Amino acid sequence: MAFFPHLLLATLEGLVTSAVLALTALGLSLVFGVMRIVNVAHGEFFMLGAVLAWAITITLTGHPALGFAVALVLSPLIVGGIAWIAERLVLRRLEYNPEATIVATIGLLYIIQQLALTFYGPEARPVAPPFSYRIQLPWFGYSGYKLSIIAASALLLLATWFVLTRTRIGLVMRATQYDRETALAFGIPVGRVYGAVFALGAMLAAVAAVLIVPIQQAHYLMGLDPLLLSFIVVIIGGLGSLRGTVVAALLIGVSDGIISVFFSPTLAKIIATLVVALVLVFRPQGLFGTATK
Amino acid sequence: MNWEGPTAKVYALHVAVVALLVGLNFALPEYHHGVLARVLVLAVFAMGYNVLFGYAGLLSLGHAMFFAAGLYGAGLPLYHLGWGVPAAFGAGIAAGFVASLIIGLLALRTSGVAFMIVTMMFAQVFYLTTLYFGEWTRGDEGLVLQQQARQVTLGAQTLDLTSPATRYLLAVALFAIVLLASVALVRSRHGRVLVAIRENEERTRMLGYDTFANKLAAVVTSGVICAAAGAAYALLFGYVGSTFASVQYSILPLLWVLLGGAATTLGPLIGTLFMYYVIDIASGYTSAYMLVVGAVLILLVLFFRKGVLGTVRERWVGWLP
Repeated sequence: MAFFPHLLLATLEGLVTSAVLALTALGLSLVFGVMRIVNVAHGEFFMLGAVLAWAITITLTGHPALGFAVALVLSPLIVGGIAWIAERLVLRRLEYNPEATIVATIGLLYIIQQLALTFYGPEARPVAPPFSYRIQLPWFGYSGYKLSIIAASALLLLATWFVLTRTRIGLVMRATQYDRETALAFGIPVGRVYGAVFALGAMLAAVAAVLIVPIQQAHYLMGLDPLLLSFIVVIIGGLGSLRGTVVAALLIGVSDGIISVFFSPTLAKIIATLVVALVLVFRPQGLFGTATK
Repeated sequence: MNWEGPTAKVYALHVAVVALLVGLNFALPEYHHGVLARVLVLAVFAMGYNVLFGYAGLLSLGHAMFFAAGLYGAGLPLYHLGWGVPAAFGAGIAAGFVASLIIGLLALRTSGVAFMIVTMMFAQVFYLTTLYFGEWTRGDEGLVLQQQARQVTLGAQTLDLTSPATRYLLAVALFAIVLLASVALVRSRHGRVLVAIRENEERTRMLGYDTFANKLAAVVTSGVICAAAGAAYALLFGYVGSTFASVQYSILPLLWVLLGGAATTLGPLIGTLFMYYVIDIASGYTSAYMLVVGAVLILLVLFFRKGVLGTVRERWVGWLP
């Protein structure tokens, strides 16, 4: 293949990565922004979404699209429920102390990972894509499903943006983020908002995982990479900024795709992680964020 | 230094602990003898972590990097260049010193949550680097250091690091040195300044202390101790692998220190020992040891924030360092 088709393929692969990454990172960013805590177990919610999608599609016989559609709805709901319970039982009692919540979510990470290993097993398992239409480009054929991931992710991002900026729910969330005490004084049930935001963050990760699982198999250790990449995206994009998150996800996803095609994937990860750590050191507010108050 | 009151008691207690450990060399059954040697080296790792987390109040999620710097710093020259044991141990410590100095200079520009994420990322870079240079490190599979490479000739005497008694006593020696050094450290001026920084950094700065220099010194001390543990682990147990650089090994010292009691000198030993046996016993019943680790972490942080010795100090023995 010549250079240009190769580059196009790498860009397309990168866009698929970006689409999934943007959703996952948005979940982390929401939790980080509104609740001011770092959820280290975020990658495990991603993994749980994928594993549940496998379990649902294997239970439902019939056309793969049916099982997949059910998984797309049910898996995030279950993950959201689990996250909500964890928030109510553990994080609330820690009063959202940043260091204590990090330790607690690390504990949560281990518990979820172990339960997945025990009940799901150490194998990587595939999920059948809902449809297998190939789009024929002049140079190569490309999976229609992968393109639909990009579209689905864009739709979900738009929906999240709409909820955050145009509805009452979003208003309440933004009020809580802006000033917790004042929000409480105005009768906003801050505790319930926190529970809901934590669940919503986990659900976004789970949706992203269900979308990606037909092209990347479900595995109990699959959560670490999305977690680190989400950290990277959230840091580069600036905290709590939806636009920054999307731009950073595009930047990271596409450059990761291109670097991985032309260089070794490990080297790509080393460079990306190092660059971001240095960004965080020298420009803590992110590339697009403004300095905190 | 004031040698009356608590000071004498403090040193008597720590010397007694070391004497007990030496005595156990002759009393323990073979299996537990081996376990305790390993626990002691890992407890040194935890003590290094405690200097930064317990006393200076900086939560790092990247200490696997310093342990692994010592591990590879000692293991690679021994394996590839045929260095002797003392030179390899020195190289491990030097590697830890350089790594912690660089990381300290960079990561200390941030604080709080950003500090944790930055240290975690640098550690991840280090981990990936050990995989990338798999030709020399053999990645996850790791290197096994041969028995003939792990012998020291002192005059006419030959110390065999693979013999259980030698291994145990060397582990106790390293543990004792680091333990007494950390007691001296936390009772020194520098140690007091670190606690002041943990409690209120702004106020400490206002009192005229250079908080950055003190924190940097804490990162380097912590890194060097952890690297010494890593180097000792490589030399005593003869295995060098990437697993020790993974995120898990950044979280374990945090767990050990929290369990034993942060900012207590003997807490890391108690936490490491307890956790090692919990996992050991639990794995007899179930393979789900990560579940135990996770549950212990959550329960600790929910109900037992001060750890074993922290609680003991608060309730009964106020002079415990």
